[in-house]
Amino acid sequence: MSTQVLTYLFVGASFALYIGIAIWSKAQSTNDFYVAGKGVHPVANGMATAADWMSAASFLSMAGLIAFLGKDGSVYLMGWTGGYVLLALLLAPYLRKFGKFTVPDFIGERYYSKTARKLAVLCLIFISFTYIAGQMRGVGIVFSRFLEVDINTGVIVGMAIVFFYAVLGGMKGITYTQVAQYCVLIFAYLVPAIFISILMTGEVMPQVGFGSTLVDSNIYLLDKLDQVTRDLGFSAYTENVKSNIDIFCITAALMFGTAGLPHVIVRFFTVPNVGAARQSAGYALIFIALLYTTAPAVSAFARMNLIDSIQDQPYSSSPSWFKNWEEIGLIAWKDKNEDQKIQYSAGNALEDIKPNYIEGKGSSGERLLANNPDLSNENEVYIDRDIIVLANPEIAQLPGWVIALVAAGGLAAALSTAAGLLLVISSSISHDLLKKTYMPQITEKQELRYARIAAAIAIGIAGIFGIYPPAFVAQVVAFAFGLAAATFFPALFLGIFYKRLNKEGAVIGMMAGLIFTATYIIYFKFINPALNSDEYWLFGISPEGIGFLGMLLNLSLALIVSSFYEPPPEEVIEMVDEIRRP
Amino acid sequence: MKNKNQKYWKSNLKIVFSLLIIWFVSSFGFGILFSDYLDQFQLGGFKLGFWFAQQGSIYVFVVLIFLYVWLMKRLDKRLSEEEDK
Repeated sequence: MSTQVLTYLFVGASFALYIGIAIWSKAQSTNDFYVAGKGVHPVANGMATAADWMSAASFLSMAGLIAFLGKDGSVYLMGWTGGYVLLALLLAPYLRKFGKFTVPDFIGERYYSKTARKLAVLCLIFISFTYIAGQMRGVGIVFSRFLEVDINTGVIVGMAIVFFYAVLGGMKGITYTQVAQYCVLIFAYLVPAIFISILMTGEVMPQVGFGSTLVDSNIYLLDKLDQVTRDLGFSAYTENVKSNIDIFCITAALMFGTAGLPHVIVRFFTVPNVGAARQSAGYALIFIALLYTTAPAVSAFARMNLIDSIQDQPYSSSPSWFKNWEEIGLIAWKDKNEDQKIQYSAGNALEDIKPNYIEGKGSSGERLLANNPDLSNENEVYIDRDIIVLANPEIAQLPGWVIALVAAGGLAAALSTAAGLLLVISSSISHDLLKKTYMPQITEKQELRYARIAAAIAIGIAGIFGIYPPAFVAQVVAFAFGLAAATFFPALFLGIFYKRLNKEGAVIGMMAGLIFTATYIIYFKFINPALNSDEYWLFGISPEGIGFLGMLLNLSLALIVSSFYEPPPEEVIEMVDEIRRP
Repeated sequence: MKNKNQKYWKSNLKIVFSLLIIWFVSSFGFGILFSDYLDQFQLGGFKLGFWFAQQGSIYVFVVLIFLYVWLMKRLDKRLSEEEDK
């Protein structure tokens, strides 16, 4: 069977499974819809959390990013796992004990203020939509490359599936489909990684293989990679390029941001009790670590294979994946020295970096480009980092069914995260904005209907993001984490660990964190991107890491402002005492 | 009753604080600040600092959460025994 038929088969079978689960787990009440009836087993919740958390970015983009960044890429590995320690030790058990439906719910009640609740809803919607835009792009890439359908058709099919199980099943439907999606995505990630590890190093476990010697030689893979990257004019693979302070702040912003992301926190509202919340954070991290410890191995293998398979190859006999991805527009080649061979080295191949194709073929059969070559270096190849995971099985010449599996896994990762995000958006609107703020008279049945309507509208908006992707998708990821770190984390943390914090302190802290972080990122990413370099950054901290400073600002302002105003009322103090007991 | 809760909370803070120190040292310490220094040691084919940044810190995180689960379970049990008395 051809790879494409296999891909249709795998993707179709996985979609049928998700729909089946949705029908089986239809939500009956708001309790079902928002928090899956609070009856999810910790292991199942761990899997669902892992699928919820590992997005198209983790599955498709992360290994590619690390392959090109080398040791600097560690910020993603530590940042996106270390946050779970904070979540487990500082937030999850207490928020579960609080026992309500949403994150703005906690902020609104703990700070006895509708302003705080509305501010929290605003941050939540902004963070979640930024995140969804990236998922929909992931769905689009997978569909267009492997199923050879139009990106728009792909996005619409994806939307229809999510619509079906999120609107029908709510949190209950989402939870059990996420469990299935986790199994699909982890299998799809591990199988090619294990294959490649065996091919390159003879070790079954990629985590071990990437620290071993290459097959038929006694040179360590990483030493070889350091040498090859250095020879081509890149920095050595296992050495940092970024400054230590920047790496520190980016890692911290990602960790605190992870702990403050509403769609992750809300997963811990679905388990039966406090002990289960703690355990389930542990299981979630095991399931996540399985992928996150494999990813850097995939990166190292891919970087090595990539260089090996194209360097000094004549274009006419270059591997088929190279041409396939060129067709999609994610690879480009400009024969600078006109020797008909591909030379890959450090620096940008093209002026304006991204390829701008024109009609027609060059003398070797390559797609022609409108860009002028960037003559400051000898690199002839443009490669989009997002393709590494998808192209990896092809580069390593693995069988067709592995490639089909990876496509199904990428879709599982994107859809599960999108569904989790849609749910927190819809529940913050129906529960926090309508029921708790503007329409307190509605019945539970009406609230449930509004939740479904809100979910449907949110899916529509997410789909529009997928069809007309904002040009800044990659740029705004920093936003989601930076803002979660600068707004939610301090408000939740102090709400539990510092009783004296009052509404004035919390609101001013959140506003300051939000405004400071957003201004800094918007200035460097959109208003003045030319200045986006360490000479101009505050203390040498990049926009990706600024959320950490925003968080410190929020914490200190909250504490100072609080001391000038009345302490919180007695019933709030009692509530905090209550959530501190197991 | 109030006393017991305060005692429980204090022990809880102690556990959380000690575990967070390990969390900080294994990631921000070994993986970032002292990573270049640790790179002079080898762990198989890995430089040690590189290994902590891309593998070791993640393993430590997993162990920390399960350690926390176990310590808190013990603490909760002690609290409920005291309350029964």
